[in-house]
Amino acid sequence: MGKLMDWIDARLPVTAKWKLHLSEYYAPKNFNFWYYFGSLAMLVLVNQLLTGIFLTMNYKPDSSLAFASVEYIMRDVNFGWLIRYMHSTGASMFFVVVYLHMFRGMMYGSYRKPRELLWLIGMLIFFVLMMLAFTGYILPWGQMSFWGAQVILSMVGAIPVIGEPLKDLIMGDYMLSDAALNRFFAYHVVTLPILLLTLVVVHVLALHEVGSNNPDGIEIKKNKNPETGIPVDGIPFHPYYSVKDIVGVVGFLIVFFGIIFFAPEMGGYFLEYNNFVPANSLQTPDHIAPVWYFTPYYSMLRAATVNFLGIDAKLWGIILMGGSVAIFCLLPWLDRSPVKSIRYKGPYFKIALTLFVISVFVLGWLGTKTPTPLYTTLAQIFTVVYFAFFLLMPWYSKIDKTKPEPKRVT
Amino acid sequence: MKKIKNILFVLCLLPLAAFASGVEVKLDHAPIQTTDKLSLQRGAQTFVNYCLTCHSADYMRYNRLRDLGLSEKQISDNLIFTGQKPGGLMHTAMVKKEAKQWFGVPPPDLSVIARSRGADWLYTYLRQFYRDDSTATGWNNLVFDRAAMPHVFYQLQGEQSLKVEMVDDGHGGKHEVKKLELSKPGSLSKTEFDKQVADLVNYLVYLGEPAAAYRVQLGIVVMLFLFFMLGLAYALKHEYWRDVHH
Repeated sequence: MGKLMDWIDARLPVTAKWKLHLSEYYAPKNFNFWYYFGSLAMLVLVNQLLTGIFLTMNYKPDSSLAFASVEYIMRDVNFGWLIRYMHSTGASMFFVVVYLHMFRGMMYGSYRKPRELLWLIGMLIFFVLMMLAFTGYILPWGQMSFWGAQVILSMVGAIPVIGEPLKDLIMGDYMLSDAALNRFFAYHVVTLPILLLTLVVVHVLALHEVGSNNPDGIEIKKNKNPETGIPVDGIPFHPYYSVKDIVGVVGFLIVFFGIIFFAPEMGGYFLEYNNFVPANSLQTPDHIAPVWYFTPYYSMLRAATVNFLGIDAKLWGIILMGGSVAIFCLLPWLDRSPVKSIRYKGPYFKIALTLFVISVFVLGWLGTKTPTPLYTTLAQIFTVVYFAFFLLMPWYSKIDKTKPEPKRVT
Repeated sequence: MKKIKNILFVLCLLPLAAFASGVEVKLDHAPIQTTDKLSLQRGAQTFVNYCLTCHSADYMRYNRLRDLGLSEKQISDNLIFTGQKPGGLMHTAMVKKEAKQWFGVPPPDLSVIARSRGADWLYTYLRQFYRDDSTATGWNNLVFDRAAMPHVFYQLQGEQSLKVEMVDDGHGGKHEVKKLELSKPGSLSKTEFDKQVADLVNYLVYLGEPAAAYRVQLGIVVMLFLFFMLGLAYALKHEYWRDVHH
């Protein structure tokens, strides 16, 4: 066995890479609950890839067969219902896990120097994930698939100058049709997964270059054992965090399979009731609402109601919606606090982050509702709160009263 | 720009659309029990006798009804009237094109109707038809105004007529309350008819997701296994982490 490994290592650095990324990758020893979500995102990714492959074997990307082929999977394919629910629940859980992963980064300042690029690659992953969710949701070709796509695609078309040709290029037709469904299928099963996988590898490589942040927001690499060169507060990822992550994985699976087996529709939030009606281009549903993970952005799209600076209210809605996602990319440069972690940040940051979380939840809730004047006003207020968290950060993070960081992790 | 206007136009119409369909009728709770196989069998019988004439259940195979405790022979002898094989899908006898001419819209497929409409809506809808001479079919419905579907159970339920009462709302104003009254009795009593509709709705819920019963059964086993695994995983982590000092 030893000889075999020597032979392989002389040709492919398996042992060296194993050490670099697992058995001798030193992670801070004080990871808490919030640090499960990175590995869980990887788990959900694998789940989506595997279940996706099996769905592809029976799904038909044809506007006259797609809806029926999904029901065929649900009824006639052995354990097809399980595979399909694992994929549909997996999509929602992907966002749950990624949102918590991002929130962890915001709490502990994981986007700060030297992890700016790591954060930006993570944001790219998030964009690709949103595109995957969008293209995947079209495939069952139900009413919500069709009309949700209609809304999003008209938004693409509304981008000045390049909008219309871009939309036609994406769809491969002048309207949402069989040709478009075929394209979305191709994006969903080939283009976007390859992009996502590549970005995930790059994300992990970047992480292992700079090292993991931790709940104290201090650099463990600054305090190394002079003899071994190993951070004194670091422990090897394998076996410590590999076995710890198993606990996280099983805990996650309890929630995941709890939903799959006992509430796969999640009260209409994971699988919308209206999507059990086949797509009908002649019948607009009474109420178009995206799946829960897009509702905060949808709320902001609808919140813009006045023309401003010579730009249409409608275009403002689209700018707000795009901006609400893109603005995360600026976080590394907006935060001027001398400390990274919320543990040592002052009251201003804590209040700002709390208000931000509240605004995300309120906007998310409003996005599922039919707008009324009251709801629109609420959406406008919380859109302002949402953006204020970012735009005022250079100011409040600078004047905030922080506590001194400890020398060692606690 | 034109497109943005289109989206916004659609978006602006949404509240109106919701308003238009928002004559909210309080739905009756459907008294169904999906584990009650006899009820499901009765529902299946009503389904093939009444619904399948115009509606299809194109995603469902006849022999899947073995889930309800029936044998393939029982299914062939009692539930298949279209000359299909037991492995065939539950197609309707009606031609879609003709159906569209007769009703204005082809009757929707019922395979997943319970998943989009919900059991309570179906249970209320099927019991709220009333006589209305102003419609093409001579029937109207409290839950679904001007539904294209006529009252297929009128021989069982009898005929109902609409009574609009002005009720004092306690704030000095009045509002309309719509009520249905039995004007011509059918062959079943109200209790019997409600039960027959409940059985049918029970069957429609089963039809929406035939694997649901097994899903829950399997779920319990998987959950037990996972909780056992959680204990094991935690013990393993605890053992490995003994030498990490905080």
